[in-house]
Amino acid sequence: MESQKKTGRRSSASTMLDPAILVPALGDSVRKLDPRLMVRNPVMFCVEAVAALTTLLLLRDLATGAGNIGFAVQIVVWLWFTLLFANFAEAVAEGRGKAQAASLRKTKTETNAKLLPNNGEGGTDRWQTVPATRLKTGDLVLVEAGDLIPSDGEVVEGVASVNEAAITGESAPVIRESGGDRSAVTGGTQVISDWIKVRITAAPGSTFLDRMIALVEGAQRQKTPNEIALNILLAGMTIIFVIAVATIPSFVAYAGGSVSVLVLVALFVTLIPTTIGALLSAIGIAGMDRLVRFNVLAMSGRAVEAAGDVDTLLLDKTGTITLGNRQASEFLPVSGVAERDLADAAQLASLVDETPEGRSIVVLAKEKYGIRGRDMADRHAHFIPFSAQTRISGIDADGSAIRKGAVDAVLAHVRGAGPTVAASRGGAVAAIRPNALADAAEREVTAIAERVAKAGGTPLAVARDGRLLGVIHLKDVVKGGIRERFAALRQMGIKTVMITGDNPMTAAAIAAEAGVDDFLAQATPEAKLQLIRDEQAKGKLVAMCGDGTNDAPALAQADVGVAMNTGTMAAREAGNMVDLDSDPTKLIEIVEIGKQLLMTRGALTTFSIANDVAKYFAIIPAMFLAFYPQLGALNVMGLASPESAILSAIIFNALVIVALIPLALRGVRYRPVGAASLLRRNLLVYGLGGIVIPFAGIKAIDLIVNAIGLV
Amino acid sequence: MTVNGWILILLFAALVAAVARPLGGFMTRVFTGERTLLSPVLRPVERGLYRLAGVDEKTEQHWVTYAVAMLLFNLAGMLLLYGMQRVQGLLPFNPQGMAAVPADLAFNTAASFTTNTNWQNYGGEGTMSYFVQMAGLTVHNFVSAATGIALAVALVRGFARAGCRTVGNFWVDLTRCTLYVLLPLSFVVALFLVWQGVPQTLGAAVDATTLEGAKQTIALGPVASQEAIKMLGTNGGGFFNANSAHPFENPTALTNLIQMLSIFALGAGLTNLFGRMVGDERQGWAILAAMGVLFFLGVTLAYWAEAQGNPALTALGIDTAAGNMEGKETRFGIAASALFAVVTTAASCGAVNAMHDSFMPLGGMVPMINMMLGEIIIGGVGAGLYGMLLFAIIALFVAGLMVGRTPEYLGKKLEAKEVKMTMLAVLCLPVMMLGWTALAVVLDTGTASMANAGPHGFSEALYAYVSAAANNGSAFAGLTGNTLWYNLTLAVGMLVGRFFVIVPMLAIAGSLAAKTRAAASAGTFPTHDTLFVGLLVGVILIVGGLTFFPALALGPVVEHLAMNAGTLF
Repeated sequence: MESQKKTGRRSSASTMLDPAILVPALGDSVRKLDPRLMVRNPVMFCVEAVAALTTLLLLRDLATGAGNIGFAVQIVVWLWFTLLFANFAEAVAEGRGKAQAASLRKTKTETNAKLLPNNGEGGTDRWQTVPATRLKTGDLVLVEAGDLIPSDGEVVEGVASVNEAAITGESAPVIRESGGDRSAVTGGTQVISDWIKVRITAAPGSTFLDRMIALVEGAQRQKTPNEIALNILLAGMTIIFVIAVATIPSFVAYAGGSVSVLVLVALFVTLIPTTIGALLSAIGIAGMDRLVRFNVLAMSGRAVEAAGDVDTLLLDKTGTITLGNRQASEFLPVSGVAERDLADAAQLASLVDETPEGRSIVVLAKEKYGIRGRDMADRHAHFIPFSAQTRISGIDADGSAIRKGAVDAVLAHVRGAGPTVAASRGGAVAAIRPNALADAAEREVTAIAERVAKAGGTPLAVARDGRLLGVIHLKDVVKGGIRERFAALRQMGIKTVMITGDNPMTAAAIAAEAGVDDFLAQATPEAKLQLIRDEQAKGKLVAMCGDGTNDAPALAQADVGVAMNTGTMAAREAGNMVDLDSDPTKLIEIVEIGKQLLMTRGALTTFSIANDVAKYFAIIPAMFLAFYPQLGALNVMGLASPESAILSAIIFNALVIVALIPLALRGVRYRPVGAASLLRRNLLVYGLGGIVIPFAGIKAIDLIVNAIGLV
Repeated sequence: MTVNGWILILLFAALVAAVARPLGGFMTRVFTGERTLLSPVLRPVERGLYRLAGVDEKTEQHWVTYAVAMLLFNLAGMLLLYGMQRVQGLLPFNPQGMAAVPADLAFNTAASFTTNTNWQNYGGEGTMSYFVQMAGLTVHNFVSAATGIALAVALVRGFARAGCRTVGNFWVDLTRCTLYVLLPLSFVVALFLVWQGVPQTLGAAVDATTLEGAKQTIALGPVASQEAIKMLGTNGGGFFNANSAHPFENPTALTNLIQMLSIFALGAGLTNLFGRMVGDERQGWAILAAMGVLFFLGVTLAYWAEAQGNPALTALGIDTAAGNMEGKETRFGIAASALFAVVTTAASCGAVNAMHDSFMPLGGMVPMINMMLGEIIIGGVGAGLYGMLLFAIIALFVAGLMVGRTPEYLGKKLEAKEVKMTMLAVLCLPVMMLGWTALAVVLDTGTASMANAGPHGFSEALYAYVSAAANNGSAFAGLTGNTLWYNLTLAVGMLVGRFFVIVPMLAIAGSLAAKTRAAASAGTFPTHDTLFVGLLVGVILIVGGLTFFPALALGPVVEHLAMNAGTLF
C-alpha cells in the first residue's frame, strides 16, 4: 500500500497496462462472453446475438460447402474479436481495482475482539475474546497496544496512537481520542501505543473496509444515472439500425437482387455504436479508479458525476487556501517603544512556545534584529503556557512579566480585569468596550490590530509588566499558485467560496489575496448549511469537505461532500466521498476527475456515432453493387472489392476499440478552460475526427487486406 | 441556376427571418395570456367559449391530463370527420350531388386531416361536397394546426418552468391559438388571395364552352378560405386535385411567394416564441439558424438538380437550358418550383405547385430527405419546433458530456427519462417509413399501384410512406393511393407518426417542467452559438438522416447515377 500510494498518485494508464493486469484480463475477456453478463450491455449483447447467428450459418455452410467460406470465416472471427476487445477493455479497467482489493483483504484477516460485556460495567480487565465478525453495533470493546481494531467505531474512552496504513497507505501513526473530531477509528487499523475503548458503530460486513473492498473491486458497481441514460440512447440507436438493416432485404428483393445475412450483419454491427458500447463501462471503472489512486473513495458513481457538475466549491481557508500556519511578518510597536524592544520581548515570550506561530516569531526576531536564543536556565524563568481559557501565553523572567496573546485578552490582562472570555479569538477587536479604552496605548494597539486584521493578518498584542509594547503581525500565508487555480476554476464556471472562522475583515483581505469569488466569515456549521441551501436554491451544485461531527449536516446537504478520513464517523457517514489523505485541497482535483470522466464518455460517444458516415460509404456500395453497378460511384474510398470493403469495415470497427482502450482508461485530457473552447476542441477532435479517421482507416485496412490476399 | 432564381430564394429567406420576431412576440403574448391588439374583440368570444364548454381557463393540467385531453379531442374530431364523409349525400351544400365516400378512403382522409397530414387519396373537386370541405376539412385544418402549436408551447413551457407540475391547459391553448393566431391571419391571407383571383363562392361549378367548342366544367368553390389555412397551418390539402399548381389555388407569382411565406411564417415565429419563453431570444435564433442551414442545403441541391435538365433530352438534341420543366407550371418556372418543393416538405405542409414525381432524381430526393429528418426544418406548425427540440436533446446528450458536465439544455438536466422518451419519439418515424415501404415493395398489392418500374417506382412507394409518417401529405404522384392497402397502411403511418411522437414529447415536457433549473455559468454548454448550430445540424444528418441512406441509395441515388449513364425508369 505504501509504495502504491507514492507511485500511484497521478500515475498514467501505464500502470494499468502492466502484465500483472493484462494477463488475467485476457482470461476474463472470454469469461465475460457469458450472455448473462453480456445482457447488461445492450449494444454488445446485440453483437453477441448476431455473432452467434452468423456462427451457426457458417457451420451450416461448412456442412453444405456453400458460399464463400473463407470470407465468412473472417467476418465471423472479427465479430467475436469485437466482443473480446470490448470485454478486454472492461477487464483491464477492473484489473487494478481487483489487485488493490486483494491487498485490502489481506488486512481483513480473522481478528479477535476484546468485548467488554454489560457495557463495560465490569471494568477494563473483565473482557472476553470474541471473533470480530460477531460484534454487533453498540458493543463496547477494548483495544490495546498491538491490537488490530476489530471494527469501525467511536472512541468513548482513552487516547491512543493508531497506524492507519492499511486504509490510507500513510504509515505515520495518528492520534485517536474520545470526544472531539478525532474519535473515529476504522476496523483493520492497528493501535500502536496506549489503549482505547471503542463503541462499535458498524454491523458485520458493512464496515468501512468492507465497503472499500467492494468499491475498488467494482463488485457492486452500479451504473451511474448518466451511464443508464446513455445506455438507453445507445439501445435506441441500435433499434433504429435494426430497422434500417432489416428492411434492406425487402428493398433489395424489389430491385431484383439478393443480399446475404452475413453482409447484413456486418453492416449492422458496424453501424451500431459498438465503440462507445464496448468502452462505456471501462470508462466508468477507470474514472472511479482515478479517484481511488488519488486516495479518495467515492461511495457512489453518482457522486463522481456530480463532481463534474459542481458549480460552487466551499473551501476551508486553513490548509486549502492558506498554509496551515500563520507566520509572524512584522513587529508593530506603539509610539514610544522601539521596534527592537518589542521584538526582544516577543522573542523572549516565544522561546518555549512550540506552536508554529511562536516559532515564527523567534525566527523573525532573529532575521530582523539578530536576536539569538537565550539560555533561560539562570533567569528564574517561569513560563505561562497558552490556554484556550486565557488565550495568553508568556514568561516571567528577570523580575518582569511578558505576556502575548489575543489583543482583547492582553488588553484585559493589562487592565487586570482578566480575559474577556466571551469574545472569540481573531474576532476580538470589536468586542472591546470603547469606554474601557482610556489609555492612549490601548487605543493605539487597537488601531494597529484593526489595520493588521484588515490586511488579512492576525494581531497578537505584547505587554511587559502591564505596559503595552505593540502588536505582532501574524500573517496568513496564501499558498503559491492557488490564485491561478481559482482563476482557472472561474473560467470553468465554478465559483469558489472560502470558509473561515476569521472575522469578516480578515476574511475579506485573504479572499482578495487568494482570488476567491466569495467568502463566509465567522462560519458556523449552521451558516455553512445555510450557504449550501442558498446556492442549491439558485440551481447550483455544491461541493465541500469537512471532518467534524458538526460538519455532518452540511456534508449530507452538499451534492459532493468529501469527508476527511481523520474526521468523525458521523462526518464520514454523511459525506459521499472520503479522502483518505484528509487533504481538503483535493476538492479541486476531485472536480477535475469528475469532469474528465464525463468528457471521456462524451468524446467517445461522439466519435462512435460520427464513425457511421464512413462505414455506410464502405458497405452500401459493396452491398448493392451486384445488381446496381452504378452505385460503385458511392465507393468514394476506392475499396478494391465488395468483400474487402465489408471485411475492412468490420476490422476497423473491432480494432478501433483496442486503439481507444488507453484513452478510455486514461481519460480525455482535461484543461481548465471555458465550456465553449473545450467543446470547440473536442468537437473538432472527436466529432470531425470521428468522421474523417474511419475513411482513412478503412482504406488502409483495405489495402492491407488485399496486399496479403485475405479476400 | 439563374441570378433571378437566387434572388427569389434569398428574398424568401429574408422575409421568413423578418416575420419570425413579430409573430413570435405576438404568439408569446397569446400563450402567456397577456393582452394583445385583438383582445378587445376576441376576449369576450374566448370567455364565451370557455363558459360554453365548461372550461376553467385558470386551471392548468398535468402533462398526462393535457395528453388525454388532446387525444380525446383528436379522436372525436376524427370520428366526426369520418361520419361526415360517409353521409355527405344527406348533408347540405352539395350542389354537385357527391355520393358517400367509401369507408377505407374516408378513414384515410379522416386520419390524414386529423394528423395535420392532408394526404389526399381523392380529388377534392370530384369527391367532397362543399359542406365536407368547409365544415370537415377546413375545420380540421384549423384545429390540427392549433393542436400542433399547443403541443409545442407545452414543451416550451417544460423548458421555461421550474419545479412546476403543469404544462398548461390544452383547451385554453387550442382556443387561443385558433382564435388569436390562426383565424385572423387566415382572414388576411384569404382576402389577399381573393384579390389575386382565387375564387371564394358557394355557387356550383360553371359549364363553359372552350374555343374548340368542347364542353368543360370549371370547378369553383370556397377556395381562398381553405387555401389560407392550408398554408398557415402547414396542412397542404388542396381544394383541387392539382393543389397549388392549379391556377385557381395559386394564380400568380405573388400568391406563390405569399403561400410559401405562409407555410414558414408560424413555424419560424414559434422558434422566437421558444427563445422568448425561455428568457433568451438567442436560443430561438440558434434553432432557427440550424433549420436555415438545412434549408439552404436542400434548396441548393434541389434547385441545382432541376436547373440541370434531363441529360436524356439533351442527348436527343433538345435544348434543356431552361432546366427540367416536366411537371412544372410555366408561370412559376424552375426556381419557384424547386423552392416550393423544398418549403412544402421542410415544413409539414404538403401543398405542391409542381409534380415531385417529375423532378430530377436528386431534386425529388431533397423533399424525401426533408421529410425523413422528421420535418424539423421549420416543420409543421408546432411539430417542427418540438421535433427540432427532440433532436437538440439528442445532440446535447451525445456531445454535451464533452464539456465535462452531465447533459443539460437550458438549465434542465437531461436524464434517463428524457432520453427514453426522445428515443421512443424518434424511433417511430423510421419504423413507419421504412417498415411499410419494405412491405409495399414486395407485396403485389403494393407494387400494383406503382406507375413506374425500378428505382423510380421504389421512390414512389417510399415517398408515400415517408410523407404519411412525417405528416406531410404531399405525394410523389405516380402512385395510385386510393386502394384498400394504401388507404389503411398510410392512415396507420400518419396516426403513429403523429401521436407516437406527441405523447412521449409531452412526457418530456412534464418531466422538464418539474425539474429545477441549473444555473448557467462559463462551464455550461453554450446553446446559442454557431458551434451548437453546427453540432445540431451534424447530429440531425447523422442520426436522423443516415438511417435512410440504404433506401435513398436504392431509390433516387441509383436513379440519378443510372440516368447519367443513359438509363431511365
